[in-house]
Amino acid sequence: MADTINLVLFSGTDDKLQAAAILTAGAAALGKRVNIFLQYWALDAFRKDRIDLDHGLAPEAGAEGRMAVDQLRAAGQASWKETLAQAKELGEVDIQACSLSMDVLRLEESDLDPIVDGVEGVTAFYLNTNEGDIIFI
Amino acid sequence: MSTLDIARTVDAKGLSCPMPIVKTAQAAKEMPSGALLEVLSTDAGSVKDFAAWSKSTGNEIVEQSADGGVYRFVLRKK
Repeated sequence: MADTINLVLFSGTDDKLQAAAILTAGAAALGKRVNIFLQYWALDAFRKDRIDLDHGLAPEAGAEGRMAVDQLRAAGQASWKETLAQAKELGEVDIQACSLSMDVLRLEESDLDPIVDGVEGVTAFYLNTNEGDIIFI
Repeated sequence: MSTLDIARTVDAKGLSCPMPIVKTAQAAKEMPSGALLEVLSTDAGSVKDFAAWSKSTGNEIVEQSADGGVYRFVLRKK
């Protein structure tokens, strides 16, 4: 397994973001560096004024899926934001906003939650991938 | 009953993946080499997770047991 794992987050639903957060935390626990690149609806979910809101679930979830997720949260599972924060504390996790998506969503860096480390373009993202896998969520 | 000198215990009971490993990695970071860390988990997936984490990070599993749904691991910080 490479020393670096790269996640491109496109989907903005809570289930996919949680999956991304868990992949990040697991990698950080193994001492891997994680580079996260936020695009479109994932980026939108990291807005300062939206990060703590309910972002819904992917259509596949349905009512049953909703219940299952709610049960796990009620049992004390950390939110994706908390899981990412813990991953950052544990290891090297860098979260960058895609500059094109910033333009599409008409965002300024100050609109983003402080958990986001900066804004970059796809070229910088590629240069930092360090031959690690790129996972698209 | 073991008579190991446990330096620190991580109670991860009730936490689901990846938290048992995350909490353990956090605790291990703060411990000196050779120290023993005890972890308690109720997550069935953690058995394989700890084996993998131990192998990957070099923090050896010294002892491991399960009792009534609670998994106990004792790891030695590398």
